[in-house]
Amino acid sequence: MSELSKLTIAAARDAMRKGDLTSAELTGACLTEAETSGALNAFVHHTPELAMEQAKAADARAGTDAPSLNGVPLGIKDLFCTKGVASQAASKILEGFKPEYESTVTTQLFDAGAVMLGKLNMDEFAMGSSNETSVYGNAVNPWKIDAELTPGGSSGGSAAAVAADLCLGATGTDTGGSIRQPAAFTGITGIKPTYGRVSRWGIVAFASSLDQAGPMTKDVRDAAIMLQAMCGHDPKDSTSADIAVPDFEAALTGDIKGKTIGIPKEYRMDGMPAEIEKLWADGTAMLKDAGAKIVDITLPHTKYALPAYYVIAPAEASSNLARYDGVRFGHRAKLEQGDGITEMYEKTRAEGFGAEVQRRVMVGTYVLSAGFYDAYYNRARKVRALIKRDFEAVFADGVDAILTPATPSAAFELGANFDPIQMYLNDVFTVTVNLAGLPGIAVPAGLDAKGLPLGLQLIGKPWEEAELLNVAYSLERAAGFVAKPAKWW
Amino acid sequence: MSIDTETARRVAKLARIKVEDDALPALAQEFGAILGFIEQLNEVDVDGVEPMTSVTPQRLKRRDDVVTDGSQQEAVLKNAPDAREGFFAVPKVVE
Repeated sequence: MSELSKLTIAAARDAMRKGDLTSAELTGACLTEAETSGALNAFVHHTPELAMEQAKAADARAGTDAPSLNGVPLGIKDLFCTKGVASQAASKILEGFKPEYESTVTTQLFDAGAVMLGKLNMDEFAMGSSNETSVYGNAVNPWKIDAELTPGGSSGGSAAAVAADLCLGATGTDTGGSIRQPAAFTGITGIKPTYGRVSRWGIVAFASSLDQAGPMTKDVRDAAIMLQAMCGHDPKDSTSADIAVPDFEAALTGDIKGKTIGIPKEYRMDGMPAEIEKLWADGTAMLKDAGAKIVDITLPHTKYALPAYYVIAPAEASSNLARYDGVRFGHRAKLEQGDGITEMYEKTRAEGFGAEVQRRVMVGTYVLSAGFYDAYYNRARKVRALIKRDFEAVFADGVDAILTPATPSAAFELGANFDPIQMYLNDVFTVTVNLAGLPGIAVPAGLDAKGLPLGLQLIGKPWEEAELLNVAYSLERAAGFVAKPAKWW
Repeated sequence: MSIDTETARRVAKLARIKVEDDALPALAQEFGAILGFIEQLNEVDVDGVEPMTSVTPQRLKRRDDVVTDGSQQEAVLKNAPDAREGFFAVPKVVE
């Protein structure tokens, strides 16, 4: 039975269309995997009744003209509001919150026939790179060497669930690397689309000018299929783009002859592990062998991306998280005799937010406060404009996609206890993409000396996810990454 | 960049997060480290650069100024920690 949960979305879809497999069988197999995976702490709310109900409905409409994800069991990151199902962004402050509405992304996935197995662990409010800030406790990487490793963050539960074959695919969100870094740490594929491609409506907001949702899957084809269902214009999100969504799966020809791939010299960091450098060189050679033209490029403001991000993201977070006041939803602190409304706010937020969230809300408050707004917030927004300009110049010179490492290291041990800035450095290769609003994809490309997966990142032009997915598909075929974690959970 | 405990206290107050007095020095130190990291931005020449307002150039869509939603009192109050008689209830605000 457990072999079924190892299927890709494409294989399951094809088998169900032919009548060789029912969603009820497939969903049952995934539910068993999810329920017996407590050691990974990936699923934090299980929804077996809903899943079986959706699976039966999918089987009733099965056939060659069934929708694209008909009967496909997915995990949903806890950041997505799902009607009547706990959605608490891994925070104590949203304890007990059950939305009265469904996010646009999950609505579209369900319209495409998908089945929801449950909600997935993550860093609190998507703030973190190791899934260690979650109120549910750490999610654990299915890849293990002696000690338990982080699956990355913030979409750590999504990455662990897909890598451990608990589900066929999962939703993630990416504000500074939260899809791509965990995908790289667990040997799976994850794409952050162009800002505005996927509706943010019903996704708990962290930094609204950076947040984008995307799929986390077992391969590039599955990413194309699942992204297709997630994309599209939504009048309920004013930043959602009203432009046509191409057929992403049809774009996967694997032919990248004549494409120009840029290699940015600023991503060659001091102290970069030799294994990452080799992986990057190998990936470059693979794309060259596939017929692409390789050019050296420069993105001169790369170094300033992380500091700009750590102004802009906390500033937006401090504003977005002002809504958690103990009045309309979630946790409210117990009050003492004589406490007024200010004490209610202050105690509720002190009890409800974890340390990292408090830190970012306060940093954001500081950079937006009178006297500092220009020096920090406006300066960061100017630097952001320059970072975007770097990419525009490179694309104007004829570059079709950019190849970089996805992360500066393989997955690290849980409890490594980095200081905040060391932890922020995890996003050094991914955060530029959010600041510039571009699509980026992480593809597993090799193993390090200890046998842990390493990923490469491809960055595309705005709205060119189809072309980006095709380059990723070509890289995936050349890299031939098939390693799987040995089951211990 | 060093941040004193008074500044940390003021920021916590602005953010409406209760921080005990004995936690303020550590908080101030953390702020200092993060702001020190951010200070790198001062090296960048930003003369004549407009601060980014929208990452993808697009005109926000307009729609008719009409009510498109509403009459959902029960759903709106469903998750409130304290809802009474169709309202959100909070501690006394005005003496």
